[in-house]
Amino acid sequence: MVTTRPSVQDVWTWLADVPDPEIPVISLVDLGIIRDVQWQGDTLEVTVTPTYSGCPATSIINIEIEAALRANGIENLSLKRQIAPPWTTDWMSDAGKAKLEGYGIAPPQPAGGPDRCPHCQSTHVKKISQFGSTPCKAQWRCTDCLEPFDYFKCI
Amino acid sequence: MSVTGLIRMGDNTLVLGQRVSEWCGHAPALEEDIALANTALDLIGQTQLWLRLAAEREGEGRTADTLAYHRDAWDFRNLLLVEQPNRDFGVTMMRQFLFDSWHLEALTKLVEHDDTEISAIAQKSVKEVTYHRERSGDMIIALGDGTEESHARMQSALDRLWPYVGEMFSTDTDDLIDMAALRPAFDAHVGAVLAEATLTRPESDFAHLGGKTGARHTEHLGHMLATMQVLPRSYPDATW
Repeated sequence: MVTTRPSVQDVWTWLADVPDPEIPVISLVDLGIIRDVQWQGDTLEVTVTPTYSGCPATSIINIEIEAALRANGIENLSLKRQIAPPWTTDWMSDAGKAKLEGYGIAPPQPAGGPDRCPHCQSTHVKKISQFGSTPCKAQWRCTDCLEPFDYFKCI
Repeated sequence: MSVTGLIRMGDNTLVLGQRVSEWCGHAPALEEDIALANTALDLIGQTQLWLRLAAEREGEGRTADTLAYHRDAWDFRNLLLVEQPNRDFGVTMMRQFLFDSWHLEALTKLVEHDDTEISAIAQKSVKEVTYHRERSGDMIIALGDGTEESHARMQSALDRLWPYVGEMFSTDTDDLIDMAALRPAFDAHVGAVLAEATLTRPESDFAHLGGKTGARHTEHLGHMLATMQVLPRSYPDATW
């Protein structure tokens, strides 16, 4: 029996459908943590980088990658963890940033803080705390609509 | 490359990570509780990287988990500073600020280390620790230059912890880098923050030593390890 290996492009497409477990509105590909996909003989090797070294979602992410690829018929799979170069929010896709804002999370900005409130678009925003509901986020507040919101930290 | 040097880095982040996580659910405000828990999480994540590499290089079949859970106090190589108890929020933040200020300088140097795996861990950690130092520094200024009560508590925290600063810059051939060389940059940053916080650096630089060599830990470490290690020690075959 002859089996054809799915193309690397197909694998990227499947991974683009796997949601981030903490922020399900964006995919793992949007987040920029899938660093490489390649065939090593009969084994598909997927290279993943953690967002923060202690992020508890890391192991769940690996389980979800494996489940998605198994569901598409991948049998021999190897997940490789890579910490250097370290993950940066520069690797987040523009589509991912737009989806974050639509979801109520201000996307990362090089200036180090959100440029506007993701709820009412006011530019009058204030930091509440450097840390938020997950390691990758900080807490901010809009001084116009008074809603608190998460800001995806720029690292 | 010394395995002890890697264990020192991992033990510092492990012991401080455990100490900081003791605040979970007890911090004075929800935002502070979340910030402390996130800081602890970063430190424990960094511990996994350092101790995994230490165990690999040692090559005796140990893992990051066995190093963390199946060693006794005299085998730990962390600085005395990080094992000091939390006491009040002021002492916790002062301990964090002093450690972060050393940690960031050390990691910045380690990024340039010839060993690519050491450099990779440093590159990952330096981003997280930049945030830690920014936050703890802001907190020292807010509380030091705050009310009469908060100022008095921060000065007393500084006086209490200063004798543990010197050990961070004591160095020997087991260290991954020359720690003594980090002191001028540490003094410059800490001096600027303390001035803005209206706090006075203690006159004496007397230093307690013995944590990073394992010669003489304080009594606090054993109590902390008893809590941290009880489950894997009681049930050595437990998995999660």
